Amino acid sequence: MIELRGIGFHYDQEVVLSGVDLTLDEGELVLVSGRTGVGKSTLLGVVTGLVPRFTGGVLTGDVLLEGQSIVEQPPRERAHLVGFVGQDPLAGFVADTVEEELAYGMEQLGTAPETMRRRVEETLDLLGIADLRARDLRTLSGGQQQRVAIGAVLTTHPRVLVLDEPTSALDPTAAEDVLATITRLVHDLGLTVLLAEHRLERVVPFADRICLVTGDGGVRVGDPRAVLTDSPVAPPLVELGRLAGWQPLPLTVRDARRHARTLPELSARDPAVHDRVAAPAAEPLVVARGVTVVHGRHVAVRDVDLTLSSGRTTVLMGRNGSGKSSLIWALQGSGRRRSGSIDVAGSDPAELAPAQRRTHVGLVPQTAADLLYLETVADECAAADLGAEAAPGTCRDLLDRLAPGIEDAVHPRDLSEGQRLALALSVVLTARPPVVLLDEPTRGLDYAGKAELARIVADLAADDHAVLLATHDVEFAAHVADEVVVMAEGEVVSSGPPRRVLAESPSFAPQVTKVLGAPWLVVEEVAAAMGGVAR
Amino acid sequence: MTASTLTRPGLARDLHPLAWWAWAVGLATAASLTTNPLLLVLVMGSVTLVVMARRSGHPFGRSFRLYALLAALTVVLRVVFRILFGGQEVGHVLLDLPEIPLPTWAAGVRLLGPVTSEALLAGLYDGLRLAAVILCVGAANSLANPKRLLASVPPALYEIGTALVVAVTIFPQLADSARRVRAAQALRGGSTTGVGRLRRFLVPVLEDALERSLALAAGMDTRGYGRSGGASPRERWVTGSLLLLALTGICVGTYAWLDPTAPRVLAVPMLGAGVVVAVLGLVSAGRRVQRTRYRPDPWRAPELVTAGTGLVVAVLGWYVAHAQVVVAYPGVDVAPYLSPLALLVGVIGILPAVATPVPASAPVRREAVA
Repeated sequence: MIELRGIGFHYDQEVVLSGVDLTLDEGELVLVSGRTGVGKSTLLGVVTGLVPRFTGGVLTGDVLLEGQSIVEQPPRERAHLVGFVGQDPLAGFVADTVEEELAYGMEQLGTAPETMRRRVEETLDLLGIADLRARDLRTLSGGQQQRVAIGAVLTTHPRVLVLDEPTSALDPTAAEDVLATITRLVHDLGLTVLLAEHRLERVVPFADRICLVTGDGGVRVGDPRAVLTDSPVAPPLVELGRLAGWQPLPLTVRDARRHARTLPELSARDPAVHDRVAAPAAEPLVVARGVTVVHGRHVAVRDVDLTLSSGRTTVLMGRNGSGKSSLIWALQGSGRRRSGSIDVAGSDPAELAPAQRRTHVGLVPQTAADLLYLETVADECAAADLGAEAAPGTCRDLLDRLAPGIEDAVHPRDLSEGQRLALALSVVLTARPPVVLLDEPTRGLDYAGKAELARIVADLAADDHAVLLATHDVEFAAHVADEVVVMAEGEVVSSGPPRRVLAESPSFAPQVTKVLGAPWLVVEEVAAAMGGVAR
Repeated sequence: MTASTLTRPGLARDLHPLAWWAWAVGLATAASLTTNPLLLVLVMGSVTLVVMARRSGHPFGRSFRLYALLAALTVVLRVVFRILFGGQEVGHVLLDLPEIPLPTWAAGVRLLGPVTSEALLAGLYDGLRLAAVILCVGAANSLANPKRLLASVPPALYEIGTALVVAVTIFPQLADSARRVRAAQALRGGSTTGVGRLRRFLVPVLEDALERSLALAAGMDTRGYGRSGGASPRERWVTGSLLLLALTGICVGTYAWLDPTAPRVLAVPMLGAGVVVAVLGLVSAGRRVQRTRYRPDPWRAPELVTAGTGLVVAVLGWYVAHAQVVVAYPGVDVAPYLSPLALLVGVIGILPAVATPVPASAPVRREAVA
C-alpha cells in the first residue's frame, strides 16, 4: 500500500539512509528497530513527510501511496492518509481537552459536523478513553496521553499510522495497554502501523515484520524470527533463545516456555546467583525515616523508610506518578519534605547550602539536558571543575571513564542520549558525592546504551557509592539491582532483593524469569549456568 | 460523574464566551460612566454574584480572586495617592499634615499637605470606578474560557486564532520548564555571577522551548493545520491583495481622522472603504476555507439574554450619565443617592445568574473528579 522506493537521505557529509526499499501492506504492523541514531526516526519521517521539511537534509527517491507519488506533498496534505504520533504526545497536543483534541484533525480536513461527532464517540470507545473526554490533557497519565494522541490521529481515518517510540516513557502496565490498543487497531480496522521502538521485549510479539535499520544506510526487512537471529538489538527472550539454540526463535514468553522444557536441569546453586544477595553488611550512607512529601493536597510520598548503603545499587520502581521522583528530590534535599528525617553522613541535606548538598548527594534529573548549558563538552567539564572546586580535569577524567571517546569540541546537544547522560553524571560526580541518585536514566537508551549504563552503575557501586535509580525498565533493573523498592501511591509496597521482588510481581518480572521461573533474572546468569552444565 | 453532568438534557452547558464578554463589557461601560459609589458598589456586587453562580471549572475560573485583589488594591492606591500628593485646598480638613516643600522644578506637584474629606472621597469614587471596570473584565475572564473565545473567531482568522490558543497554552509549560531547569542547575556547580547565572538558567529553558515548539509545529502540520484546501493560486492572490488594500485604507483613514489638518476626504470615507474591503477580503478568505468546527458553542436564548443584559445596562448607564448628571456624578460634599433608573442599572446585571444554564465544568464537579 505504501511503498518507499530507493529512498536516500543525507546531510552535508553524513549519509543516513541510502537505497532503502520498503513496502507496507494493508493491516500490517511493521517494527522499525536498530541502534540509537541509525535513522529510525528519519525513516518514519520520510513516510509522514516531516523529513526533510522539519529536519533539513536532502531526500532522494520516491514515496508511493497506492501507486501515487506523495513525496512532494507536505505533511499537512498527507494528514488524511498518514497519522503520526511523536515521542512525547504532550508536546504535540494542540487543544486542551480530550474531546477537542480528538476533533482537531477532522476540523482541519473539513469533516462534516455530524461525522465528527460520531467519529469522536467511536474513537473514545475504541481506545477506552470515554471517561476522560472532558479532562484537561495535561492532567492525564502518560499512558492515557499516548492513547489520546493515537485516538486524535485515528479520527481522520488515516491509512497508515506512524508511531515513534510509543511506549518509551511508560511503565510496563501502561505500555501493555497502549500496545494492546495498537494491535486491536491492526486486527480490527486493518490499519497499517509503522512503529519504532527501543524496548523490543515489549513490541516484538506484536510485530508482523521487522525493518532493521542497519546503520550503514540500508535496512533489512523480514519476518521477526529471521531478522532477530543476528540483529544487534534483541530482547532478552531472543538472546535466551539464541543461547539455548532454540529453533525457531521464541518471540513470546509462551513460545519460550514450551522450548524451556527441553533445557537441561540448570543448577540454581550457582555461586554467581547468590553472591549479590549475600553481600556483606554494608555501611549505610543514607538513612531516611518516615519521609512524607506533599504537593498541595496530593500526598506524593507517604511515610517512606529507606536505607541506602555504600557499594549497593537500589532500584526504585512503580507506576508513573507513584512518587519516585518526589522521593528522589526529597532525598537530595532540595525537594520539600513535609515530615520525616533524612540523614546523609550525619547531616540533613535539606538543611545544607546547595553547594554542600552537592558534595553529599548527587542527582541526575529525568531530563539530563537541563543540567547542561554550555556550547562544548570541554566548557561543561571546566565549569563543573570550577563549580565543585575540584582540580582541573577532574570532570573530564570522570567522563573518560564513564563514556570514553567523546570529543572536547562537541556540543552537548549533539551527543547521543547515553553520552549526554554520562556527561551530566560526570558533572554531578565532580563534587564527589558518596550518594548518587538517577531519575529515569534509561530513557531513550538502546540495549547497548543500557548495558553501558549498567556497567557505569556497577563501577559506581564498586567505588563504594550508594546508588539509587528510578526506572520502568524491568530488564535493566534485573541487571543492576542489589535491592528493589516498589512504590505505589507514594508508599513502599515491597522491597528486597530483586530475585524476590521482581520475580514475585507479574508486571515487573523480567522475561527470563517469566520463562525459567524464580531464581533466574538475566540471560547472563543462564549463560554462566549452562557453561557450568556443559563442563 | 463527568459524562452524566454533560448529558443531562438542557441543563449544564457552557455559555457562548462572546455572550459573557458582551455582558461584561456592557457593565464595564456603565461603570465607567459614573462615579456614584452606591451604583458602583451595586455593579460590583452583581458582577461578583454572577461569577459565584456561574463560574466554570477550568483554571481561568479561579482567576476572579486575583482580579478582586487587584480591584481592592486600585481603590487603596487611589486614596493613598490623594493623601500623598495633596488635593484641593478647600473643604473640611480631616488631618492637617505639613506640606513638604519641593524645589521649583517640581512646581505643580504637592507632597502631603492638609487632607480634606473631599479629596479622600474624590479618590475613593475614582478608585471605585476603576475597580468596577477591572472586576468586570475579571468576571468575563473567569466566566468564559479565553481559549473558546479565541477559537470562535471567523474562519478566515482561524489560523491566527489557533496561534493565539497555542501561545496561551505555552505559558504554563514555560513556567514548568523554568522550574525544572532551576532545580536541575542547583544540582551542579558553575558560575554564580550575574550573567553566568542568567545564562545557566536561560539556555536550557530556551532550548527546551524551541524543541517543544518544533515538536508542536510538526504535530500540527501532520494533522493538517494550514492545508491549502482547494484554493487556486489566483483565489489566494485575490484574497491577499484585498486584505492588504484594506489594511492600507484603514491605516490612512485612522491617521487622517486623528490629524485634523489632513484632507477630510481621507478620513471617514477612507476608513469606511477600508473596513468594507476588509470584510470582502475576510469573506473571500472564508469561502475557500474547508474547515469545520466540532461542537461549536450554540447561540440560544440564554446567550441573547446575557448579551442583551449587557447592552441594556450600557444604554441605561449612558442615559443616566446624560439625563441625571447629579445622580451619575454626585458631588463630594453631599451624600450620594440613587434614582430608580440608576438602581435598575446597578441591579439588572444580576440577570444572567439565573437566566443562564450552570456551566458544564462547574468547580464543584472538578473537585469531585480530583
